[in-house]
Order: sequence, then structure tokens, then C-alpha cells
Amino acid sequence: MLKLLKKKDFILFLFIVFVSLIISLRYPRFLTLSNLGDIFKDTVILIIVAIGQMMVIITAGIDLSVASGIALTGMSVGLLNQHYPGIPIPLIILISMLIGGALGSFNGLLIAYAFIPPIIMTLGTMSIYRGFVFVLSGGTWVSAHEMTDGFKAISGGHVLGIPNLFIFAAIIIALFAFFLNKTKTGREIYAIGGNELGAKYVGVNVKKIKYYVYLLSGVIYGLAGLLWVSRYASAQNDTAMGFELQTVAACVIGGVSIMGGSGSVTGVILGALFLGIVYNALTVTNVSPFWRMAIAGFLILIAIIVNTIAKKRTQYMMIKRRVF
Amino acid sequence: MGLSLSKDRVVEFVTKWEFLLVLIFIFVIILNSTLSPYFLNVDNILDTTFNFTEKAIIALTMMFIIICADIDLSVASIIAMASVFMGYASEVHGVQTSGLIMIAILTGIGAGFLNGIIITKLDIPAIGVTIGTMSLYRGIAYVILGDKAYTKYPKSFAYFGQGYIGSSPIPFEFIVFIFFAIIFGVLLHKTTFGRKVYAIGNNRIGAKFSGIKVDRIRLILFTLNGLLSGIAAILLTSRIGSTRPYIANGWELDIITTVVLGGVSISGGSGNVFGVIIAIFLLGFLRFGMGLLNVPGIEMNIITGFLLIIAIMFPNFLNNIKERMLKRETY
Repeated sequence: MLKLLKKKDFILFLFIVFVSLIISLRYPRFLTLSNLGDIFKDTVILIIVAIGQMMVIITAGIDLSVASGIALTGMSVGLLNQHYPGIPIPLIILISMLIGGALGSFNGLLIAYAFIPPIIMTLGTMSIYRGFVFVLSGGTWVSAHEMTDGFKAISGGHVLGIPNLFIFAAIIIALFAFFLNKTKTGREIYAIGGNELGAKYVGVNVKKIKYYVYLLSGVIYGLAGLLWVSRYASAQNDTAMGFELQTVAACVIGGVSIMGGSGSVTGVILGALFLGIVYNALTVTNVSPFWRMAIAGFLILIAIIVNTIAKKRTQYMMIKRRVF
Repeated sequence: MGLSLSKDRVVEFVTKWEFLLVLIFIFVIILNSTLSPYFLNVDNILDTTFNFTEKAIIALTMMFIIICADIDLSVASIIAMASVFMGYASEVHGVQTSGLIMIAILTGIGAGFLNGIIITKLDIPAIGVTIGTMSLYRGIAYVILGDKAYTKYPKSFAYFGQGYIGSSPIPFEFIVFIFFAIIFGVLLHKTTFGRKVYAIGNNRIGAKFSGIKVDRIRLILFTLNGLLSGIAAILLTSRIGSTRPYIANGWELDIITTVVLGGVSISGGSGNVFGVIIAIFLLGFLRFGMGLLNVPGIEMNIITGFLLIIAIMFPNFLNNIKERMLKRETY
């Protein structure tokens, strides 16, 4: 138990439980199963994109193009479904991941092989991809009645009573938890973030790993773009505007170090859920939606400060242990 | 020997980033003036500076911050917050022009100082802190204003963003920019403060051990950046005459793009004020020219995005060529 308590993720978990209890004291409806299900449904897309973002941040990079990537993939598959309703759903899922992968690939290639700083590269592609959404759509949008029922069921449907969104989330979480913790490539991602030069000297192919990280982030946001458009049954030009910062926030709250080298899938899931719970609580307690942004910003600041102080204390303890 | 020396210098000069920027700039002007007869017109050109002066002013202090190997993503949100505070004071309490200016300046200084104090005292990376304050500051603007707009400003307030100097076609805003460009250019290149900023950007720990008060300088820079964001808020609010909470949305990225395009390395330690000023005009005229040709704003964003990426790739490429040319000389 003591060992469990020392874990950062567990403290965040306790904090989430604590916040939820306080909210439910005033609004008993908050802790009902259906509301919790809704919260999770609203957070699934954030969770999966934040996992991709986490891998990028672990290598000491950042991917600011995720929101534009979501919008571009979403618009592409939305238009595809509108004009060719005959394309089977599994193929559409594959196409969304391919488009996302291509977008991520462009980031990855130039960052890894042309040494463009990640923040600059993804800032650039953030406007480029968003621009292409408008070019593609011509300023219009794809609305619910222009989509096939099968398309809308990708996010809205159920399999054996379990919402499809949960299944997507479970698969991605399991895949990436395994990938990051149990495979050689996964561990090499952490090695690069911890000490890039050191990793290079022990034989890690730094360029290739960096490329993979942005590629995977792209594949994930491609899928997320499809889920987004299918869930809200509309593909718009300003889809997911500002979402990139939410993914970074979920990572930072979940204890991912912005300097690279550390972070866990569990932490990111909790970080994203925390944001989801706060947003949901603000909605069910009838707080004006205009408070959302300020509260989110405040929480991000607090989370970063707490994480930094906690990290410094562990470092201090380690030094102390070494001396005595 | 003398010949090889001069060749070295020619290679050095031709591969300099500012030289290339000037070439691109001239190319843009020639292209624009052949494509549109309305481009080369003094009144038009001076009036188009209205569209980028506010960003240009913040780019000056952002340059210092990026040379210092930091970054500030909260500038556009500071504009929004300062603008909403001014609107609130003017519309609800009837504060006059001089009071509004004080409010914007104090808001800017306060917001910048808060950024700086969290970053330096708690030793947290600037990108993390300013992502947080970016949504905090704009969030405050939304909390106060919601989906409404402030539109009642004193008559004399309109001069800052809309007025011209006397009866000349020179906008008042533009003079403000020139004033700050000179001040910050001198500060960066002719004072020990400026040299210290470069030292910090090149090697923060080294700078600290050689006696530079690193954290104090970083704190000053973030506060200055806030101050200029507050001043930009005055100009912008005065120019468009109204405040909405999403005012200046996305500007932080435009400003950083300008600075980086101007040859300031995002990893710190290098860059100069001339590059940044050329980049400001390059981007401004590029957008003006595209506007004359009816290119939609969103397509301009695509072009600017590519320009940013190419601008970063190019110096690496140039360095390769330079090394090769100089190497050939030695054999």
C-alpha cells in the first residue's frame, strides 16, 4: 500500500476520486453510472490522441499538428463517405489511419532527417493541414444526413452492449501500453528522451525512432479524426480547434515530463479523465461554459508546478541517499 | 592568398541568412508589382502596415525571449485579457483614454511578470508554463465577456490604432513600431544586457557560472514581452474599435513564425534584429500582395506554413554548401 501511494499515478487517481466525491456531494447525479459513461465517451478521443502526444513528448518533442490532423482526416473521410457511400466501414477505418499516417510521416521525416525543431515543424504543419481542410471542403461542411448510418455507427454503435468507442479505446490503450513497456522500440523511445546522445552511442537508431513516433502519432490522430466526425455526425472546417493544447495538458497533468524521458500510459489516461471530469462537472453544475478555458489553464499550471516540485524532491532524495 | 580571403568573405556574405531574406523580399516585391498594378503605391504600402504592426511590436521582445532559448505562447492571450479589461473599464466605468492605457500596460506587465516568476522561481520550462497561462489569460477574458462584445470606447482612443502622423500618410502605429525597433535593436546589439541574453541562450549554466544573473534577465524579458503585448492590445483595440474574447486568436504562432523566419534559432543563442525586421515586412507584404490577388486567408496560412518549414531547412542546407565550398578552397 505504501509503495502504491508513492506512485505519482496513484496520487492523481486519489485526487480524481476526491474531486468526484466533492462534486457528487452537491450534485448527486454526477456519480451515476450513465453520467460516468458519458464522461468516458467524451474523453475517449482525448485519451487516444494524448497517448500519441505522450510518445512524442517522451522523445523531448511536441506535436502541435494533432488538431489540424484530426480535422483534415475527419473532413477527408467525411467527404469520402458522402460521395462514395458504398465504401465498406473497415476500409474507411484503414483509410483514416493511412491519411493520418501520411500526415504524421511528413512531420517525422523532416524532424528526424532534416533536423527541423519539432515545435517549428508542427507549428508549420498545423497551419498547412488546417488550410488544406478548407481547400478540400471549399468552406462547406458534411452534415449528419449526408453520412451513411454505418459511418455514424463507427462511434455511436455498440457491440454486445459495449459502446464501440470503448472498444477502440481499449485496443489502443492495450497496444500502446504493451508497445511502450515491453518492446525494444518502446524502451528506445524513453532512452532517446532521457539522453539522446547516450542513446545514440549505445546503438539506438535515433532518427528512425523519432520518425516512428511522429508517424504513430499521425496514425492515432487519423483514427481519432474518423471517430470525432462519426461521433458528432458532422465534419466541419474548425473541427477540434485548440485540441492540441488539451492533449498536451492531459500529458502534463498525467505526469509526462515536457523535457522528455518520462511518462506512462496510465498517467495520461488519468490526466485526460481528470480534464473530462472537470469539463463535465462544469456542465452538469451549470457553470457558464466560458469558465472552462480559465479553469483548464489554471489546472494545467497547478499540475505542472506540482509535478516539478515532486520531481525535484525525488531527485533531492536520490542525491541524499547517495551521499549517506 | 588575398583572392582566397575575399572569396571566403563573398561565400560568407552570400550564404548569410539576412542576405537571402533581402533577396526573397525583393523577389516578393517584384512579383507582387508585376501581378498587381495596385501594389507599388506609397499610400497602399503604408496603409498595409496597419495589418501587421501590432504583431511586429511583440516580435521584437519575442526575439529576445527566443534568443534566450525560452518561448512565450501566452502573448495573444495577454492581448485578449488586456483588451477585455480596457473594454470593461471603458464601457462599465467610463474610464477615459489615459486610464485605459494605464490598464493595458499594467495588465501586460502583470501577466508577463507572472509568467516570468513561475518560470524562473520554480524552474519550469517556459513552454509548459505559457501553455497554461495562454488558456488562463484568454479564459479570464471569456469569463468577463462571455459571447458579448465591448464597443464603447472614448473618441480620443481611436487615434492610437487609426490615426496618422499630422497630415502625412504615415500611421501612428508604424511610428510606435519604429520607436521600439530602435530601442530593442540598440538594447540587443549595443549593450551588455544584449550580450548577456546571447550568452544565456548559448549556454545557460555557463552564463550562470560566469556571474550573469540569468533568472533576473529572463524575468525582465518575460515582463517586457508582457508589456509590449499590453501596448499591442491598445493599438489593436483602438484600430478595430471593439473587443471580443477571441481577439488576436492564434497570433502567438504568427509572431513566433516571424521571429524564426528572421533567422533567430529556436534553440537559442543566435539571431539579430535586422533579420527579424526584414521577416516582418516580408510576411506583411506577402500577405498584402496575396490579398490584392484575392488569395483566401486560409490559403495564405498554407503558404506561410511552408515558408516557415523551408526557412528552417534552408540554413542547414546552406551550411552544407558553405562547408563544401570552403573545403574545396583549401585543396
